Amino acid sequence: MRVALFVTCLADGLLPEVAKATVRLLERLGVEVAVPLEQSCCGQLHINTGYPKDALPLVRRQVTAFEDFEHVVSPSGSCTAAVRHQQAEVAREFGDEGLVAASEALAPRVFELSEFLVDVLGVSDVGAYFPHRVTYHPTCHALRLLRVGDRPLRLLQAVEGLELVELDDAETCCGFGGTFALKNPEVSTAMLDDKLARIGGTGAAVCTAGDASCLLHIGGGLSRRGSSVAAVHLAQILAATRTEPWRAAQAIV
Amino acid sequence: MTFLGLPTASPGVGGLSGDQAFPDAARAALHDPQLRRNLAHATSTIRAKRARAVAELDDWAQLRAAGAAIKDDVLANLDRYLLQLEAQVTARGGTVHWARDAAEANRIVTGLIQAKAVTEVVKVKSMATQEIGLNEALERAGIAAVETDLAELIVQLAGDRPSHILVPAIHLNRSEIRDIFARRMPDAGELSDEPAALAEAARRHLRAKFLTSTVAISGANFAVAETGTLAVVESEGNGRMCLTLPSTLITVMGIEKIVPTWRDLEVFLQLLPRSSTAERMNPYTSMWAGATEGQDFHLVLLDNGRTATLADPRGRAALRCIRCSACLNVCPVYERAGGHAYGSVYPGPIGAVLSPQLTGVGVNASLPFASSLCGACLDVCPVAIDIPSMLVHLRSRVVEEKRRQHKLDPERAGLHALAWLMRSPGRWTLALRTARLGRVLGLRHGRIRWLPRPLQAWTDSRDLPRPPAQSFRDWWIHREEQATPDEQARP
Repeated sequence: MRVALFVTCLADGLLPEVAKATVRLLERLGVEVAVPLEQSCCGQLHINTGYPKDALPLVRRQVTAFEDFEHVVSPSGSCTAAVRHQQAEVAREFGDEGLVAASEALAPRVFELSEFLVDVLGVSDVGAYFPHRVTYHPTCHALRLLRVGDRPLRLLQAVEGLELVELDDAETCCGFGGTFALKNPEVSTAMLDDKLARIGGTGAAVCTAGDASCLLHIGGGLSRRGSSVAAVHLAQILAATRTEPWRAAQAIV
Repeated sequence: MTFLGLPTASPGVGGLSGDQAFPDAARAALHDPQLRRNLAHATSTIRAKRARAVAELDDWAQLRAAGAAIKDDVLANLDRYLLQLEAQVTARGGTVHWARDAAEANRIVTGLIQAKAVTEVVKVKSMATQEIGLNEALERAGIAAVETDLAELIVQLAGDRPSHILVPAIHLNRSEIRDIFARRMPDAGELSDEPAALAEAARRHLRAKFLTSTVAISGANFAVAETGTLAVVESEGNGRMCLTLPSTLITVMGIEKIVPTWRDLEVFLQLLPRSSTAERMNPYTSMWAGATEGQDFHLVLLDNGRTATLADPRGRAALRCIRCSACLNVCPVYERAGGHAYGSVYPGPIGAVLSPQLTGVGVNASLPFASSLCGACLDVCPVAIDIPSMLVHLRSRVVEEKRRQHKLDPERAGLHALAWLMRSPGRWTLALRTARLGRVLGLRHGRIRWLPRPLQAWTDSRDLPRPPAQSFRDWWIHREEQATPDEQARP
């Protein structure tokens, strides 16, 4: 099977280890990975900050980049949700009917990583090895816009050596929210502090999630507070094996 | 963008906007640990109760869809339903008044009370009268309006403002309430902070008011167009005292409160109590059509920006709201910032989409941004208002409004430049390559601990990783080149 990797601009520019891990994982599972270099950003940043007109050419570029692929996989619930719920809406807002049709045709072929593994490949044990105590934060858009449900947990439970501990108030937002973190920094930080306290309460060595953006927030908070807990993307855990183990240097922050 | 030039709420009148932007107004609550504890305790308790009450019903999803559909029908045919309601109320001996905005509604109500020559009136808890600032308007006319809902009374006696739609005094705990009563209720005597003792003091205080007042003012939860029936749902029974004892009743109601038929109440009387107080049924449901014998009844229909809201196809669903507060109780932003931070009598997620639409987005411009877009509000909304999408839409209206006013905006320039880089693969690849230079920022600590404004807002409380030595796309290009050495070997 050949799939296109929807890298996301954040992983491409700031957190390449997340995208590399996704490639390693998919290739280990026998998937042929392509990376169309025409892609950049799904447009969510501009859309959610109030600049849909700036997002329009980005949506056009993104839809064109993946048009020829049967399956597109992304290590982000939020960016996948933007493809599914926002891109066609932006095209519609500016009356680009051709783009509306193209977006709507593409949307059902784009999968968040855990959806792709469980629903398309039909695996929950991906043959990973990760001998650490891990807690999982369900990111808001994966949880409420994609409804990924327990797919990430099923994948984590099947990882050899991994001890999964439940996070209290797991479904409460970490306070990232894109530009919300900059426009309302104090409320965002109050939410982050509560999330970090919950994470600390689990005694886990690693906090994982399916979105690099939320992990950037959580990891950035952990790092600033001198915590020893590492923020690690789900793809990085699933990519880790006995021969190619995860290294602490690959933590998000 | 102003749609069709429809009037928004009268600027400066009533309680739809504060004088501070949300991030600044939120600071007070964020730095008040007692308030944070009060809010966290109250919202998490009601959140869990609501989830249990809703889980009891197998047909919640259908009820919710029905609620949304009925309200959408009302909004699509509001002109017809309003005239039908007016005809029914009039036929049953009531008088209907139409108020374009807060100032007009206040004038009408003040005039009606002055015609009765009284200086004190009792009130049923009502969001519409708070929205128009009726109590303040009456006070200016020498009329005292006594709130009879317990929590509303507490807030009124304290000279405070409500911070929650359903639980106006959610920001106060019982010892604070005891102090307010001791200070402002001369007849209360010695008081403990036991809830029963506090309720008893309020009961004695209010009973005298019920028995002496001849004019009452209420809002309405629903108005049935087909029969002219108005409905108020409540927990305490104090509302019913006001609705039945005084000889004059004046009801102020937003024009979107209509349901078409009596039967439609079946849906909402299930959706509302479970969503708001987590009860299967609210203790008191009072309904009346027109004037009861010997009673004078006036209905004031309030627009105050609702028609302007209706004109925006992507914002109008906010008018489905039945004021249950479920979205407030699940909102992580509300829980930490508190209701006062929103500056409007409508706080929380619904307030963030409703207030700016009623006032026009030039006012309340910070509210659509007061959300992390986590989506918890949409999940619990009993009439399925897609608040997150609406917030995003209103953000673009705010940006558009600023552009129209030619306000200088570095954010707009920055994001425009970013989009320019992102929309060309060549420029984007190069931009990510150049971002490497940012590595110098994190040399000392291996991560970035400080950035200049506006990114300082991030580094004030979180670190950032250094930009990587190589972007993912450069890694990929390099890997592809190595994988095909033959092709590379060619000149």
